[in-house]
Amino acid sequence: MTTERVGVFVCHCGRNIAGTVDVKKVVEAVSEHPNVVYATDYKYMCSEPGQNLIREAIMEHRLTAVVVAACTPSMHEETFRKVCSESGLNWYKCEIANIREQCSWVHSEMDKATEKAIKIVYSTIEKVIKNESLAPITIDLEKKCLVIGGGIAGIQAALDVADAGFDVILVEKSPTIGGRMAQLSETFPTLDCAQCILTPRMVAVARHPRIKIYTLSEVIKVDGFVGNFKVWIKKKPRYVDIEKCTMCGECEKVCPVVVPNEFDRGLSLRKAIYIPFPQAVPAAYVIDPDACLGLNPIVCGECIDVCDQKAINYDDKEEIIVENVGAIIVATGYDLYPKEKIAEYGYGKYEDVIDSLQFERLLSSTGPTGGVIRRPSDGKIPESIAFIQCVGSRDANHLEYCSKICCMYTAKHAMMYKHLVPNGQAYVFYIDVRAAGKGYEEFIKRVMEEYGVVYIRGRVSKIYKENGKLIVQSVDTLTGERLEIPVDMVVLAMGMVPSRDNKRLAETLRIPVDQYGFFQEVHPKLRPVESFTSGIFVCGVAQGPKDISETVAQASAAAAKAIALLSKDKIYHEPIIAHVNEELCSGCGVCQSVCPYGAIEVINKVAKVNEVLCEGCGTCVSACPSAAIQLKNFRDEQIISMIQTILSR
Amino acid sequence: MNEEFEPRIVAFLCRWCAYAGADLAGVSRLEYPPNVTPILVPCSGRVDPQFILLAFKNGADGVFIGGCHTPNDCHYIAGNFKALKRYALLKKYLEQIGINPRRLRLEWISATEGAKFARVMKEFTEELKKLGPLRVR
Repeated sequence: MTTERVGVFVCHCGRNIAGTVDVKKVVEAVSEHPNVVYATDYKYMCSEPGQNLIREAIMEHRLTAVVVAACTPSMHEETFRKVCSESGLNWYKCEIANIREQCSWVHSEMDKATEKAIKIVYSTIEKVIKNESLAPITIDLEKKCLVIGGGIAGIQAALDVADAGFDVILVEKSPTIGGRMAQLSETFPTLDCAQCILTPRMVAVARHPRIKIYTLSEVIKVDGFVGNFKVWIKKKPRYVDIEKCTMCGECEKVCPVVVPNEFDRGLSLRKAIYIPFPQAVPAAYVIDPDACLGLNPIVCGECIDVCDQKAINYDDKEEIIVENVGAIIVATGYDLYPKEKIAEYGYGKYEDVIDSLQFERLLSSTGPTGGVIRRPSDGKIPESIAFIQCVGSRDANHLEYCSKICCMYTAKHAMMYKHLVPNGQAYVFYIDVRAAGKGYEEFIKRVMEEYGVVYIRGRVSKIYKENGKLIVQSVDTLTGERLEIPVDMVVLAMGMVPSRDNKRLAETLRIPVDQYGFFQEVHPKLRPVESFTSGIFVCGVAQGPKDISETVAQASAAAAKAIALLSKDKIYHEPIIAHVNEELCSGCGVCQSVCPYGAIEVINKVAKVNEVLCEGCGTCVSACPSAAIQLKNFRDEQIISMIQTILSR
Repeated sequence: MNEEFEPRIVAFLCRWCAYAGADLAGVSRLEYPPNVTPILVPCSGRVDPQFILLAFKNGADGVFIGGCHTPNDCHYIAGNFKALKRYALLKKYLEQIGINPRRLRLEWISATEGAKFARVMKEFTEELKKLGPLRVR
């Protein structure tokens, strides 16, 4: 028999509880429990006098545990635990019996509600007397942040964290930071040139004394936990020393290999040694090992011969870099929906059917055509263009979700086309126009009204070629009319999908993705940048489709969360975690296999719990065949006696 | 003949979804039968099969498990899937030991589904009334 001295405090909550539950009867019934040395009721237990009543009773009756029978624990558990800990009790020696939300508010017959309330309070007494006194776990932390992804989201987050005084490691898989935004022409609704607003930020990142950039790099392994992550980064060889390269461009001139330029999405060509775009950061050439003639000076070596700086090194090797960080921000951005999946629109078959990012390149003054809109097949300036929205998006056969930005950028595309080709005719095929954002609706209105762009409500069923024209077949769903519109060029507003690597990265980081592969936030409204693993934050399109302004806002939000974490001297962790009885453990490893956090490891045939990684779900406890692993304060014996208590009454 | 029979139900509710859903049923004043007594657990994955068998052995006529919606709602990533697997197995086992598997019910109830919680509690109580008392020897 335990020597615990329990006090039970039954709240009336005005009439909220006392109107349905006979509180006097509850007090009477629980007083019979052998460990209950004091039980009372009061009108409002959470009020100052109510709290004082608990404080005094703890002193007077030398209570070792307290049960407050009142509202749901999510309401006042903290209030009452504070009262108890101020009076010398451990935080976990106070439990709440929820007799309001789950009893008095949902039942009307007083005798039955009272019976149920007694069961709830009794079982809570059984739990609290077996609760252990626990202290929160404190851990030191590494005051450094890893940012994965060097697009606008990663750039913003890295700058914010670094400006707050913390070191940042920025990992980018391609040869330069800048991401998708670097490919864009003008941005809606203000028509700021994307590069003009982005490249100063890229330079700021490059020059920031607290930011270290790893390009051509990927995070391949992560160990550890909030405040103490250990990260393995695979850095692919660049074959060009970024310190020595002066960007003179002599190497590019002599390189004999020509391949499609991915930065222009295949609309131009580049050499095997190249810079993605003139403002690339780091500002240095890179060799594409797949295109280069074998990285063998005997075969070619033209670039090595002309490089005055001796910056080129064919023997550059892949490196694995290990960094320790306290927080991780994931900003891996997006890809467009794969074009192969939209066969009906002739993408890949007709050269003049292009995707929205290709059109951005055509619009860009640094693009393949120098900012003149020329169609890919013959370089002709198109007299008419059909813009098709929701390609892949909002379609049960492709992506069910809305990619959010396509209505706006399509309107911008049509407007820019009219700027550059004033006599040209633009058609926009749409399902709905979604323009929720500051200045967005007004922008769309201008495009429709002032620019004479023809908006046709209807899904395009087919695109085919006839007499040198692309025929766009559709139905105007507002008039019911069948349409076949001949145009010179078609631009497909492709849906956004998470970056190809998201799935792998999610597994590496042990954070969940949603059904579409975007990183899942803890709560869509209240915790929008936190992942399910504490210390890992998500932002930008990696979390879900959004435009640049929202991406930047979310990146700053993720940075703020990381800064708040890194500003702490120590981290506190809930001590309700799994614990192994080493005598009973057979080392079978079932617990290790079911742990969602990788918090358990079997070492020398005994399971060990990493008390910081463990989040306290108790899944391992239910799986252990020897009852060797227990969840603190939710131990088998506690739950079993709760069950028995409830059923014995 | 079972007009007067009031089934005894133990409900294991995960802290993050089903328990919060039950709270919302309360806040919304959605009445359901008082036959069910809740036990708060951190996760539906914490519900050990032995708890269910023990509940039946100790006189429960029905056992309810409430967790977060699959696939993504689980606060602990995938505890709900573990609960689901054990539930499927346990249903088979109950049949073999002569307990009607309908006496065990698992539902995913989110924090916003107060109405669902109340409805499920009503349905389950009604069903158990029809099944009558469970006698385990």
